Amino acid sequence: MTKAVSQQIVGMNGDEAVAFAAKQANVDVVAAYPITPQTIIVERFSDYVANGEVDTQFLCVESEHSALSACVGSSLAGSRVFTATSSQGLALMHEVLYLASGLRTPVVMAVVNRALSAPINIHNDHSDMMGSRDCGWIQLYAENAQEAYDLTLQAFRIGEDRNVSLPVTVNLDGFTISHAMEGVAVIEDDQVSKFVGKREPVYKLDPAKPMTFGPLTLPDYYSEFKRQQVDAMNSAPTVIAAVANEFKKISGRQYSAISAFNVEDADAAIMCLGSIAGTARTVAARLRQKGKRVGVIKIWQYRPFPTIEIARILSNLKCVAVIDRAVSFGAPYGALCNDIASTKELTGIKTKMFNVICGLGGRDVRPTEIEYIFEKSLACASGEPIDDPVSFVGVRA
Amino acid sequence: MVTLKELPTTELFGPGHRMCTGCGPAATTRMTMKALQKPAIIVNATGCLEVASTIYPETAWKVPWVHTLFENVAAVAAGIEASLQKEGKADTVDIVAFGGDGGTFDIGIQALSGALERKHDFTYICYDNEAYMNTGIQRSGATPYGASTTTTPAGSKIPGKMDAKKDLIGICVAHGVEYAATASMAYWNDYITKVRKAAAVKGPAVIHVLAPCPLGWRFETSETVRLAKLAVQTRYFPVYEVENGKYKLSIKVPKPVPLEEFLKPQGRFRHLFAPEFTNHLEELKRQVESNWSRISQLSGEAAVPPTVS
Amino acid sequence: MSAEEDKPGWTSLAMGAVLVTPGSAERNKTGTWRLKRPVLDAKKCTNCLICWIYCPEPAIVRGAKTIEFNYDYCKGCGICAVECPLKAVSMMEET
Repeated sequence: MTKAVSQQIVGMNGDEAVAFAAKQANVDVVAAYPITPQTIIVERFSDYVANGEVDTQFLCVESEHSALSACVGSSLAGSRVFTATSSQGLALMHEVLYLASGLRTPVVMAVVNRALSAPINIHNDHSDMMGSRDCGWIQLYAENAQEAYDLTLQAFRIGEDRNVSLPVTVNLDGFTISHAMEGVAVIEDDQVSKFVGKREPVYKLDPAKPMTFGPLTLPDYYSEFKRQQVDAMNSAPTVIAAVANEFKKISGRQYSAISAFNVEDADAAIMCLGSIAGTARTVAARLRQKGKRVGVIKIWQYRPFPTIEIARILSNLKCVAVIDRAVSFGAPYGALCNDIASTKELTGIKTKMFNVICGLGGRDVRPTEIEYIFEKSLACASGEPIDDPVSFVGVRA
Repeated sequence: MVTLKELPTTELFGPGHRMCTGCGPAATTRMTMKALQKPAIIVNATGCLEVASTIYPETAWKVPWVHTLFENVAAVAAGIEASLQKEGKADTVDIVAFGGDGGTFDIGIQALSGALERKHDFTYICYDNEAYMNTGIQRSGATPYGASTTTTPAGSKIPGKMDAKKDLIGICVAHGVEYAATASMAYWNDYITKVRKAAAVKGPAVIHVLAPCPLGWRFETSETVRLAKLAVQTRYFPVYEVENGKYKLSIKVPKPVPLEEFLKPQGRFRHLFAPEFTNHLEELKRQVESNWSRISQLSGEAAVPPTVS
Repeated sequence: MSAEEDKPGWTSLAMGAVLVTPGSAERNKTGTWRLKRPVLDAKKCTNCLICWIYCPEPAIVRGAKTIEFNYDYCKGCGICAVECPLKAVSMMEET
């Protein structure tokens, strides 16, 4: 750690931590609509508003579609904006996701990951964000309340960077993170203020400089704007890394595209997103004591996908078990595993790989099940064939 | 009331846009921009106006303008207004949301309802050409009874749309808005005065303006204004305003022109003149009179006798 | 290979399809749409401006004594001819 970063430890759950981050980031406009398990975020923020602790315009809108639409309008008017949703809410605003990225409006949105209906289920899995992963937003995943707080603060800087100008989702697992209390190290207000700074929009709705936003583009122009978005997304990793380095100075915590635990001398590893990494690390540490060489790779930065870093970290492994907490129906693998398969194809690494789908609809993935996955990955690492490249763990037959 | 000579000559909308020859909404939009007296920020729903005025890289707009999606123009306007409130600049700008009847009566009603309920300071203008014109003349909640559209075609069994037109202003009044009004683009003075009144309201205001479509209604391009006038003079489209819940007829029609004079020049009503559909023509007339009576009574006018046909 | 090679590429276009030049549609001379053109009988025109307020384009300009038609943009709808209270506008076949 560089200087002594005096941070208070405050007992907060993931939702509260996110709301607190939005407060410290001096957001101008918040659009709020309730959906379990995100609701605490907007409730907590409304407390700040009602008590005069923030000067934010707080819009209790009539649907999630309107929530994000209002955010886009505000962002175009030059404001720093924030909203939060889950599951059905995210699905409802699906077209607005593409709108925001296409119009290049920075927005920070917390997605408290919850399963998509049907059947209706209010608990945690990644089907909501995975269902919209192509929307052109930068997608970050938190493992716990601390990371949810930290990533939300960084998200404002990342999205508002003039070379990026893209909206960002900060994903946190529903109930597991959103409702579980932790001691969150909270950075001082004025340090955060300085870190997030003031937004300087590239273009904005301004009577002094009239511009047209959202014109029709015919086949002769549409492709060029999509290509621009690709370029912006490709510029993001550099910005994400720079912001992470700056963040380290005020927090003592270093973020990057991925987080690796005991992978350097591992034979096999589990790769995952979000809170399940915590269980995986505990089990991996226990297995290490028994001499089993296993590690855990957790991805913070899911979009843009850190292909090169992933390839680098996988190249020393003989086998990786990729956990997906969502089903990609009809596809060869789950979403994350599809990305790893593509990484292998693009980079030529030979790491063996199999997909495990678990933890759907909030089903707890137990240490015994994680251990089973590790054992399977070690068997694979030692040359045993993979009979079931995609398997469901913890599902009753 | 305004005089034409005092209106600004600056054209903040057009020329060079691709609205159809004789387009009612185009003329209505021009009038609107002349009515606004503060710098404007325009929010436009998907539809004829938006699509035909901004085909990249051409824009007919000389004010800040944004189009996002079809059903959310009121929500986007709400977001913009919130930003301006935060900056303390909401009083210096007129935020005007334009939506067609499709984007307002149907898919946009939720966002409009929310924005009205939260009392955002903006003006919502619904330019009503009585169908989803931009996608090729499909029926909307604003299409009148008996009209032929591509999704309510005049068939041998079912002669056009068999549902009545939604009461948009009634819906807005139910939200407790300070000002809501109907207008017809043929009555430029009434319309411009109303736009100014709406913009002056500190809070939401809604104007529902009839803007005929030569292509969709199937009439000669030169008849747009004349038909917008006949719509009023036949009592088909009552022109009134509602201030804090109090109705007032703006254009009284003591001696209505027979409805047929409004219907006959339009291809979309032609089938109603076939003998087998006379009962539907009568039903449309009955609905027109019933609606007129309703508005008259709400306006405190004496009970008006029905049209003599 | 695109057939639009003469148009600007993604590296030079303003991001997000923002149009920074207001009124750029002026380059689109919609006068080419016309089948008929309005002709003014200047002696009859009282400069009442009724045609001017109703023109959808706009293709009518306010002059000192009378209105003038802007044939670059006039689509020939004929609303001006119908609405003119003095019948000062006639629609002639476009040559």
